[in-house]
Amino acid sequence: MTVIYWEEEIETLPRVGLESIQLRRLKHLVARVYKTVKPYRRKMDEAGVKPEDIQSLDDLRKLPFTAKEDLRNNYPFGLFTVPMEEVVRVHASSGTTGKPTVVGYTSKDIDTWAGIMARALCCAGATKEDMVQNAYGYGLFTGGLGAHYGIERLGATVIPVSGGNSKRQINIMKDFRSTVLLSTPSYALNLADAMDSMDIAPASLSLRVGIFGAEPWSENMREEVEKKLNLKAVDIYGLSEVMGPGVAQECLLADKGMHIFEDHFLPEIIDPDSGEVLPPGEQGELVFTTLTKEAFPIIRYRTKDISRLIYDQCECGRTLVRMEKVTGRTDDMLIIRGVNVFPSQVEHVLMGIEGVEPHYQIVVEREGNLDTMSVQVEVSEGLFSDEIRVLENLTKKIQADVKSLLGVTCKVKLVEPKTIQRSEGKAQRVIDNRKI
Amino acid sequence: MRVEQIAVFLENKSGRLAEITAILADNDINIRALSVADTADFGILRLIVNDVEKAKSILQDGGFTVGKTDVLAVEVVDKTGGLAKVLKCLHSAGINVEYMYAFVNKSGENAVLIFRFEKMDEAIEVLSKDGFTLLSGEQICAL
Repeated sequence: MTVIYWEEEIETLPRVGLESIQLRRLKHLVARVYKTVKPYRRKMDEAGVKPEDIQSLDDLRKLPFTAKEDLRNNYPFGLFTVPMEEVVRVHASSGTTGKPTVVGYTSKDIDTWAGIMARALCCAGATKEDMVQNAYGYGLFTGGLGAHYGIERLGATVIPVSGGNSKRQINIMKDFRSTVLLSTPSYALNLADAMDSMDIAPASLSLRVGIFGAEPWSENMREEVEKKLNLKAVDIYGLSEVMGPGVAQECLLADKGMHIFEDHFLPEIIDPDSGEVLPPGEQGELVFTTLTKEAFPIIRYRTKDISRLIYDQCECGRTLVRMEKVTGRTDDMLIIRGVNVFPSQVEHVLMGIEGVEPHYQIVVEREGNLDTMSVQVEVSEGLFSDEIRVLENLTKKIQADVKSLLGVTCKVKLVEPKTIQRSEGKAQRVIDNRKI
Repeated sequence: MRVEQIAVFLENKSGRLAEITAILADNDINIRALSVADTADFGILRLIVNDVEKAKSILQDGGFTVGKTDVLAVEVVDKTGGLAKVLKCLHSAGINVEYMYAFVNKSGENAVLIFRFEKMDEAIEVLSKDGFTLLSGEQICAL
């Protein structure tokens, strides 16, 4: 099998060369951020570290971490390093208390991102001959547009179909002869079911590769989706705070991990409790520092994703470190159909509804191939009515508010008082029954 | 002439109704009339009982969500068209019924219709004017 690279020189650079690029970029970044962004400067001053203290990659650990909270505290544009007239695009993802996390891009950032994404597509085996069906959501979420620009940069044909409407997706797949599919893995399985009900055999389609991400998935799911859609399934990683899709990409040869595009994103693995950097190969929380972003660079961003870095040379020839599939989270964030959901957001909605003392529980299931979230709410006397209509309107209101805040459709179930189990007086907020 | 009704929230789980009626029986509460309204996920049990306050507090102690609402009890002769007459009167006055249920008293001569309206005062006025008999809580318990 011939391996195709987008930027062969950098992707196969010996690590010494790569590290020297990283260090040069890191020094430049830290100096720039210290000069232009007050919150960063304040945190660095508090930690007693100056830009000139960064003399080696190991010195990175002297710098303070950045957390989602920092983005929230500086909402919406407080961590941008450039004036707004240089920002050509913003994206946002849902925050923990109702305020979204906002990120920005200069036109050079968009250009860089397109290049990185093209590299990711290439890494997954896509070429300019491909017809790429992009079923990631277009909009504030980085998935759709992020992938879109990369597909165009690669020179492939992009079908910007966005998420949803499975029947139309399949008709397009059939009529346009789509060869590459980009979506969440659970949506891919959903498409497989829809094909089945439309009596369309996957083998009669032209799908070759599926690039799936934005939610955790297992090796079992990979096997299932490969079998059901008759394609090769590879994993992609990204998050809006770091850039969006394309931070790391699995190659066609690797079966353990995604290549991190390290010339742009510097990874670390830390102990989530102590914050100490862990030795290579150990499992811990993934932390990223962006090396090339202009508008919204980020230093030591705690992703809260649990992973491991693999430094063995990959058969594909890339010298870029690989990150293992994300195996969990250090916080209570749930990913429901690609959307980040914090239990506190649901609580926020319930608090906003008169009469609801939030004794609630979130139950997540995987029904068929789709994640479903249901919110169980204990009916207190303040909420209760002797009229069905009133209670049904209440469930609809909660549902609509959750949908509008989080972008996720949930089921709402009213339950009797004290039915939600409490351990030591504290209710368990989340029951995740998904077997991933 | 309002009658107090208690309403209890019920999840659709087996045995819940049995549990409530057992609590009421153990505390000498007599149920005069009841109805269960249900959806796929939950139900509302509505009861007319001989001791509203006691019934409410023992059910609350039993961990149930209990509400108290006013309803109207209309007595009609238990003959064809009895309910239709009442509804016609309400309809022509533009009064909507939120919900209703009915029972026949022991003698079998009369039927009692329990109504919940959004416009309770107007309903009392219209029904009284048209000569319908409204019963009090005590009267229902005495039947």
